[in-house]
Amino acid sequence: MKVTKSRSMAMLAAFAALGLVAAGCGSSSSSSTEGVSATSITFGTHQPLTGPAAPGYSEIAPASQAYFNYVNAHGGVFGRKIHLIIKNDEYNPTNTVNVVHQLVLQEKVFGIFEGLGTPTHTKVVGFLNSSKIPDMFVASGCPCWDNGSAQPYTFGWQPNYTIEGKVMGEYIAKHFPGKKVGVLYQDDDFGQGGLAGIKDELPASAIVSAQPYQSGTETLAPQITAIKSAGAQVVVYFTVPIYTAIGQLTAFTLGYKPQLFVSNVGIDPTTVAGLLKTVSKGKASGTALIEGTYTNNYLPSVAETSNPWVALFKKIKEQYDPSVPFDGNVLYGMANAYTLVQALQAAGKNLTREDLVKAVNNNGAKWSGPGLVPFRYSATQHGGYSGVQMGRVEGGKVVMFGPKLTTEPTSGTPITTFNGSQPAPPASGIPSD
Amino acid sequence: MSRVEARHEVDRPTPSGAPSRGGEPGALRWWRRHTLARSLTLLVGTALALGLLSELLNEYRDLQLADAAYYFAVLAGLSVLIGLSGQISLGHGALMAVGAYTAALLIGNEHWPLVPALIASVFVTTVVGVAVGAAASRLRGPYLAGATLAFAVGLPGLAYQYSGTFGGANGIAINPPAIPSALGSSFPLERWEAWIACAGAVLVAFALYNLTHSGVGRSWRAVRDDEIAATVSGLRVPRVQALAFTLSAACAGLGGGLLAVVLQLANPGAFPLVLSFYLLAAVVIGGLGSLLGAAWGAAILVLLPNWTHDLAQSFSLPDKVGANLPLAIYGLLLIVAMLAWPSGIQGGVRAGAGFIYGAVRARRAAGREIG
Repeated sequence: MKVTKSRSMAMLAAFAALGLVAAGCGSSSSSSTEGVSATSITFGTHQPLTGPAAPGYSEIAPASQAYFNYVNAHGGVFGRKIHLIIKNDEYNPTNTVNVVHQLVLQEKVFGIFEGLGTPTHTKVVGFLNSSKIPDMFVASGCPCWDNGSAQPYTFGWQPNYTIEGKVMGEYIAKHFPGKKVGVLYQDDDFGQGGLAGIKDELPASAIVSAQPYQSGTETLAPQITAIKSAGAQVVVYFTVPIYTAIGQLTAFTLGYKPQLFVSNVGIDPTTVAGLLKTVSKGKASGTALIEGTYTNNYLPSVAETSNPWVALFKKIKEQYDPSVPFDGNVLYGMANAYTLVQALQAAGKNLTREDLVKAVNNNGAKWSGPGLVPFRYSATQHGGYSGVQMGRVEGGKVVMFGPKLTTEPTSGTPITTFNGSQPAPPASGIPSD
Repeated sequence: MSRVEARHEVDRPTPSGAPSRGGEPGALRWWRRHTLARSLTLLVGTALALGLLSELLNEYRDLQLADAAYYFAVLAGLSVLIGLSGQISLGHGALMAVGAYTAALLIGNEHWPLVPALIASVFVTTVVGVAVGAAASRLRGPYLAGATLAFAVGLPGLAYQYSGTFGGANGIAINPPAIPSALGSSFPLERWEAWIACAGAVLVAFALYNLTHSGVGRSWRAVRDDEIAATVSGLRVPRVQALAFTLSAACAGLGGGLLAVVLQLANPGAFPLVLSFYLLAAVVIGGLGSLLGAAWGAAILVLLPNWTHDLAQSFSLPDKVGANLPLAIYGLLLIVAMLAWPSGIQGGVRAGAGFIYGAVRARRAAGREIG
């Protein structure tokens, strides 16, 4: 009897406690736009700070933050300091859903910026658009961001993987005619988008083997063996850096040396060299296993130290983000942050979420910046950079060559040369609009 | 374990025909005897309390309430399995995955409505639970833990192997549940998700409360305490154990289905191996064999990762340390709970409440004697 009573008392106590908790965190609604005040604006982002995609990519958001700190130190944008809350999602879509809800509903961010990854970010696009939260410049080239009518708040930034695949496919068709081609691709919209671009430019008979892998796997031996036994002489990787490293180590142990092409997201030489060393437990050093690999980019290579954009970002990195090497990931984070500042400048002083979206729709296509080619921004097109330039790993550095090529991510659209030149950055290093 | 058990024995309804206790009012006696009446009151009361709670909370807290509710469904089943029937399972994360993928496939691809899809989740997971439970009833202790662990290790691999059906690492995304128009256009989606998940949790609590206070619950306890004695009393031990496992699998299936609805996603990343460990740790820390203990466990599962994240940030720990901090803290909590409160948080609360009640009664009795 005593126990029964004490149990019901415990239950009562539990309910009372729940009530107290509830009273403590009652809902609050504000009339003005959340995440922005006269002196600050807050964005949130989800990044793989640990997990399979972390090597290299974990540098991106801190580099963006470093650029924002530079802008903040020079007065911010319309007097507002830009804050970036970085949440670790470990490249796990379930975590992405959790942290993005936390950023929007609890941290009350103004928008999401540079959310990284295709399998991850696809799971929050619906939530962000139905909540009318600006989803700026996703760090992924999935063709799925490019839908301004259905997803008005989501903007891609880097060229979509189909554009990249088409340019590499055309290069293979021109310079390696008649060669057998193998493709290793991540089995999601990233790899599938790239594969679609390759298939668009090469005859079906040329592609002798297309092997998917799952993000999170620890071996690529089955895939590389299959590509090797199909007799592929040219191999294209749509991989994140860790799988570029694992793939090349596997090919090396199999004594397989095809001509390699790698998507720009998976080739940063500093990152891949570090991973090769880790994965091989110190046996592979340097970039020998990726030397001579063809790739492409839409930003200048970090090796071009005379490029004024590279010099600017290197200077900012040394002051605000000194602990990491200056590699492609850092350049990426800074260049993307530069674009966000352009958007904030264009959106004007009295800022709402709709203003920011409209600013990109109306002005984005005209922006010049660190990119080699123009953006494809309009009310319906939200796809980011319109093309790439080919590059090659030479002496452990990516060396860009050939014309800048732009195209549409749709099948059959021609690839055209872009002849515009890249203007130098403003002296302040901060876009004025 | 035996301390927990002793309390349950006392809590059993008085068998009919037993001499009524002296001085107990008739209404209270009726209340004690009628499990269904008690559980129905509990059902309505908890549902009302949760509904009120969801109104008071902001959208993010509503989402956490929804998370806690689907974890509760799983933990309650696991708690009954371990605490009452005496079996252990390290495979409940995988059973959740079965429920989640069933719901996601049916809602996403076949466009089933919510409730039938959730019922199907429970059904499919129950079928899997029968198979695993049949094997489980032949195994004891560490062998049982090992077998269920193998299940948790192996099952997510299917999502990669048959990526055409299950979407590989990308998973299956589904649309958010439609909010009934009667609730108005400004009703937040997160609150509606909390309602759905809480409804599932309350139903699980209702079912388990009745079962554990019935002959089934008694047969579980009998089997747990002494299999030979239970056999001699006419119980078929393997069948009793398999029933407990199947039932707890059904709860895990519902929890998994609700997870898919709340996250609008089923992907292997939601069901890593550590999930099964987290679930086990949460029921032990919360209090084995008790529904309120499962509620404490669910609260810990939802709140602890955020707290540890804030902790890691405020001490600016490296990301690699921060990401592994929750697991370390679960381990620590588990050790502390084992040392301080072997019957978990709920055991601690119960002991505290019992102490206060005892003190009050002693004072009252003393007062009466003097008067």
